[in-house]
Amino acid sequence: MQIYLPIAEVSVNAFLLLGLGGLVGILSGMFGVGGGFLMTPLLFFIGIPPAVAVATEANQIVASSFSGVLAHLRRRTVDLKMGTVLTIGGVVGAAAGVQVFALLTRLGQVDLLVRLCYVVFLGIIGALMFVESWRAIRRARNPQSATAPIRRQRGWVDSLPFKMRFRTSGLYISVIPPVAVGVFVGVLAAIMGVGGGFIMVPAMIYLLGMPTKVVVGTSLFQIIFVTGFATLMHATTNFTVDMVLAVLLLLGGVVGAQIGTRIGVRMKAEQLRILLALMVLAVCGRLALDLLLEPAELYSLGTGGGH
Amino acid sequence: MRCLAVLFLLMASPVWAEDIVAGLSQDEISITANFDGSEILVFGAVSREAPAPEGPLGIIITVAGPDDVVLVRRKDRRFGIWVNTDTAEIDAAPAFYAVATNTPLNEILSATEDLRHSISIGRAIRAVDTRVDDQAAYTRALVRIRSAAGLYQLLEGAVELREETLFDTRIRLPANLVEGDYLTRIYLTRGRDVVAFHETSIAVRKVGLERMIYRLAHDRPLVYGIVALTIAIIAGWGASAAFQLLRR
Repeated sequence: MQIYLPIAEVSVNAFLLLGLGGLVGILSGMFGVGGGFLMTPLLFFIGIPPAVAVATEANQIVASSFSGVLAHLRRRTVDLKMGTVLTIGGVVGAAAGVQVFALLTRLGQVDLLVRLCYVVFLGIIGALMFVESWRAIRRARNPQSATAPIRRQRGWVDSLPFKMRFRTSGLYISVIPPVAVGVFVGVLAAIMGVGGGFIMVPAMIYLLGMPTKVVVGTSLFQIIFVTGFATLMHATTNFTVDMVLAVLLLLGGVVGAQIGTRIGVRMKAEQLRILLALMVLAVCGRLALDLLLEPAELYSLGTGGGH
Repeated sequence: MRCLAVLFLLMASPVWAEDIVAGLSQDEISITANFDGSEILVFGAVSREAPAPEGPLGIIITVAGPDDVVLVRRKDRRFGIWVNTDTAEIDAAPAFYAVATNTPLNEILSATEDLRHSISIGRAIRAVDTRVDDQAAYTRALVRIRSAAGLYQLLEGAVELREETLFDTRIRLPANLVEGDYLTRIYLTRGRDVVAFHETSIAVRKVGLERMIYRLAHDRPLVYGIVALTIAIIAGWGASAAFQLLRR
């Protein structure tokens, strides 16, 4: 069944969108990731204009992270104070990101920017995850070579001013690093149409030293506000949020996430991570090929005005 | 403007040897949620007050979507990756353009008449940008890309002409249409000159939910954004609530 998307102005198969939503939902349920970094490139591949894909995906992430954060709030694993500080940074970053996005749309370089960001981040994250899970599997085979857990070192982060107490996380640190992390993730949310959990979670654990149990809930809390803000900014500056597309992806995603969670429980964590790493690298490779190989059509069309 | 002047001249001429009586299968197209392209039937007859004059009879039917400024960008290799480097502006190109004829176009239309009426695809595009060296290459690229998408169509021989009087053709409009008035023109040619001309328009409009969403997004973007967020939050909350119910 073909469906005409009013903002993207293309006609696509509704079942394909539901299926994509479901597939990414299964993966996000299995791996506990937002899935934005997989969904946005998949939307490029099926012919949704990149600007629409990025803005609409931000809208979809609001829904999936809202659903996630409710579960974490019930378990009291959200550091609201830290979340607020991260959100303040995130909103500033998202505002800047949307402006950069609008500027590059006018210059005709937005595709390049989005693709480059994806290739760089997916490449780094995929490679790191692959190496880490490969080591974990080898450690599991010969347990005597296990290394001691890494302790957070007291360094430059602790010497910064404007200290604040975060009770839920049990931290007394400067607000500068969390705000900086927030800004960085906000920029990524606006440019790449991702929640940024894959950057924020490691940053919270290793850079801020937050306890692992509050990390996921707090990052989801921040993601709701930042992607929500990015959606509003995209809707008012670039007019690129497609409600119909978002709803279709949502429906598939909601069902998929439940199936995925059940599959995830039955698999080993290291195997899951190595699978996810391979998938991330595959998407990265596909996007990189588009940039490296000579395209069949050297010309592309853009709408006029505004220059 | 030029077309109007020609039309005026044609109408002012007192004696008509041949004229066109024409109809369309539909004069409006609604883009609904399940819009998957449309096909229009253009049909008509040549009416004559006197016996048919000499020379081959040509029927040319064009359907033109709304004109717009188009930026054509060319990629080039920079630092090992393919990047958009040069841009040319096409001042006005129709979003959709189809030309259907009964025989090859150059047999029934002279270059001068083509220039005067802007009939062939190349003439329907107006490009006078002088900032790039090879403007023609960019215009060709535009025609190539839009032809591949089914937006520009040259349908030589697609017009069926019976007894030099009755004619009809079908023109396929693809799913990715933009809104606007689509001008349908029918030209009658004798000896490669246009002798009669008829024009009607088809209104292509988004309707229902599609229209509501599109208008809201452009007229009240803030409200639209808030609605989109509200839907997302309700969906997220609903999913969480449903999941809880299932667990019990």
